[in-house]
Amino acid sequence: MQQLVDQLIQEGNFPGVPREIVYAGAMILAAFAVLSFFVAPLAGVTSWLERRVWARMQSRVGPNRVGPQGILQWLADGIKNLLKEDIIPAAADKWLFSLAPYVVFVGFLATFVVIPFGSQLIVADLNIGILYLLAVTSLVVVGILMAGWASNNKWSLLGGMRSAAQIVSYEIPAGLAVLTIIFAAGTMSMQGIIKAQGWAPWDWLLFYNPFTFGAFFLYFTAALAEGNRTPFDIPEAESELVAGYVTEYSGMRFLFFFFAEWGNLYVIGAIATTLFLGGWQVPPVTDHPVLLAILQFVVFFVKAYFWVFVAMWVRGTLPRVRVDQLMSLCWKYMVPLSFVCLLGTAGWMVLFPRGNRLASVGMFLVGVAILLQFAKRVRYQIRHARPELYWKPYI
Amino acid sequence: MSEAPHNGGEAFHTEDMTISMGPQHPSTHGVLRFIVKTDGEVMSEAIPDVGYLHRSIEKIGEKVTWHGYVPYTDRADYLAAMFTNQAFCMAAEKLGGIEVARRGEFCRVIACELNRIASHLISVGTFGQDIGAVTPFLHALRERETINNFMEEICGARLTYNYIRIGGVGYDILPETCARVREFLDHFEPIVDEYNRLLSYNKIFVERLANIAAITREDAFQYNIVGPNLRACGLKWDIRRDIPYSVYPELEFDIPVGTGEKGTLGDCYDRYIVRIREMEESCKILRQCLKMLPKGPAIAKVARKFKPPAGEVYVRVEAPRGDMGFYVVSDGSEYPYRVRIRTGSFTAMSLIDKISRGLMVADLIALIASLDVDAPEIDR
Repeated sequence: MQQLVDQLIQEGNFPGVPREIVYAGAMILAAFAVLSFFVAPLAGVTSWLERRVWARMQSRVGPNRVGPQGILQWLADGIKNLLKEDIIPAAADKWLFSLAPYVVFVGFLATFVVIPFGSQLIVADLNIGILYLLAVTSLVVVGILMAGWASNNKWSLLGGMRSAAQIVSYEIPAGLAVLTIIFAAGTMSMQGIIKAQGWAPWDWLLFYNPFTFGAFFLYFTAALAEGNRTPFDIPEAESELVAGYVTEYSGMRFLFFFFAEWGNLYVIGAIATTLFLGGWQVPPVTDHPVLLAILQFVVFFVKAYFWVFVAMWVRGTLPRVRVDQLMSLCWKYMVPLSFVCLLGTAGWMVLFPRGNRLASVGMFLVGVAILLQFAKRVRYQIRHARPELYWKPYI
Repeated sequence: MSEAPHNGGEAFHTEDMTISMGPQHPSTHGVLRFIVKTDGEVMSEAIPDVGYLHRSIEKIGEKVTWHGYVPYTDRADYLAAMFTNQAFCMAAEKLGGIEVARRGEFCRVIACELNRIASHLISVGTFGQDIGAVTPFLHALRERETINNFMEEICGARLTYNYIRIGGVGYDILPETCARVREFLDHFEPIVDEYNRLLSYNKIFVERLANIAAITREDAFQYNIVGPNLRACGLKWDIRRDIPYSVYPELEFDIPVGTGEKGTLGDCYDRYIVRIREMEESCKILRQCLKMLPKGPAIAKVARKFKPPAGEVYVRVEAPRGDMGFYVVSDGSEYPYRVRIRTGSFTAMSLIDKISRGLMVADLIALIASLDVDAPEIDR
């Protein structure tokens, strides 16, 4: 990126313009391009897919009118929301009310800086990449709390308070699970963590030892809670708090919150993929740089999107926990368990400074066994499903 | 810490937050309103405020003829319209001394039990939705849709049936419909298992409901709790068995009661599981009725200008929301002199204030859902 801009300046394309301004312009252009050509369609298509997947689980059809199979539904929704009247309640704190969606949005968008889509495809490989991620995602809670307070609505306030308590609590198990990986990989850089892994599943940090295996589940659960997803969607619990912190929002501001939520789903999957599932690592099949980049991107995208699907699946299955249950789950079970994972990994690294291949393969086999058991359960449910199952992905 | 002075010497002042929950709230099942006083998430008070759906159905009864009032009774509880129909018709028949056609009685039971399944499906479905699981709700509505189709086949309407008339039923049930209902029962009974696997034994769901808002037997008597809510307290009381009406004495069925299997006796989970089991019992009743359905006319001869002799009568039926009573007074004219409806939801509402103290806001939602209160039935 920087080389490209330097080259353009040297060719004399911007006579008389200070170098810093050209850099800033290039950065704004790049951010705009990423936002409109990758992040927006990603969040939009995720919203459409979630509605379709969810509809299928509930024996409905889901949106299928706009575009083939309804895939452009998110565009139609976006345009509709843009054209809606922008309502700010009379009693609301106008400044905070208008600012809150953008804080949430920035917190979500800034994570894309360090997500490694390929060995070359990363905006900035910060040497504290994962720490940066934890920091910027905390910005989301500020925005939600602002929205809850500024709306001057009791339901919004309750939603904001719940959200603050929940996200702050679940940062701890998530952070500790991430720390486990930092121990194992020996670096905080996202690319460094991926380079510490291999393309084969038993080289993934997920199967590094039993403790990282546990840390993965702790991380994913905590991430669902941080992203306000079912079964931890209590801040916007529809049946309890009307719509939680977004009760008073409408139009584009409302959309920004949900844009961030759906985009966040992908970020959760991407972080899980980076930390535990080998990231963009591919088998050595080609040396061609472009082909390799495409292959890496596809592998990373599919791995990350699988977890998006799992989150949708969980949402379609589980009820919601209560506030006190949510807190006791975090502080009584997940925090101690994540400490166990952390200390276990530390001890493991003393015992086996170079890792233990046998244990990795063993953990991989355990993972396969769990998957097989799960498949068996799914098969049982499908066999005993009374309404005829509709297998085709389209309708 | 509490003695430490704040704000220049004054002790830190806190007060309860008053929230108006409803009448426009997603999970108050229609237009209920609760005035909730909370300290954070914990409620100190939840006062029900009823009357947003009052339509003067009782008063209308004094202004229309006996036959003409039947369609109005549909609206008293539109989720279980068959039972209000039946209760009023039974009252009129008792006043007028009319013998109901035997086939008509069986048609009534078939229609009522189908309606009971539909109503319980809505109840347990919305229960899941209130707890946060949306999938079971739509699965329940899918099955209810089939029942609505049967209702359409039987009487032409899908929600407000106006099927049961004084002396019998409006239309005979065709053999084709009977065959289809039988097919549906074969399909539906395993679905209840599927429903249990999806929702009833879900760990989160059980944790949310067990030990929440348990109603003791004494409270249930004092507040006149009826129907599944009463049976969840462990008492075997069912109007169909204890004050028999129609052809229920000839039918065999169990009365599911709460056992406190996941927590305390009479908690939200018991009220939920009793409804699930009642659907299974309704299936049993339906199978027997379809087998026993006699031949003959479906409705007895009743004068068009029906004028029962002066007198008063109180009849009760076992509706999905419990003991539903019709108190009807006749002065010998073409119009009822007075109609008074007694419903289960109304008395259940009065208990909410007592048992909701100290619960969390999320538990109030579970409590309302578990009592299966229905706004039109509360207000009439």
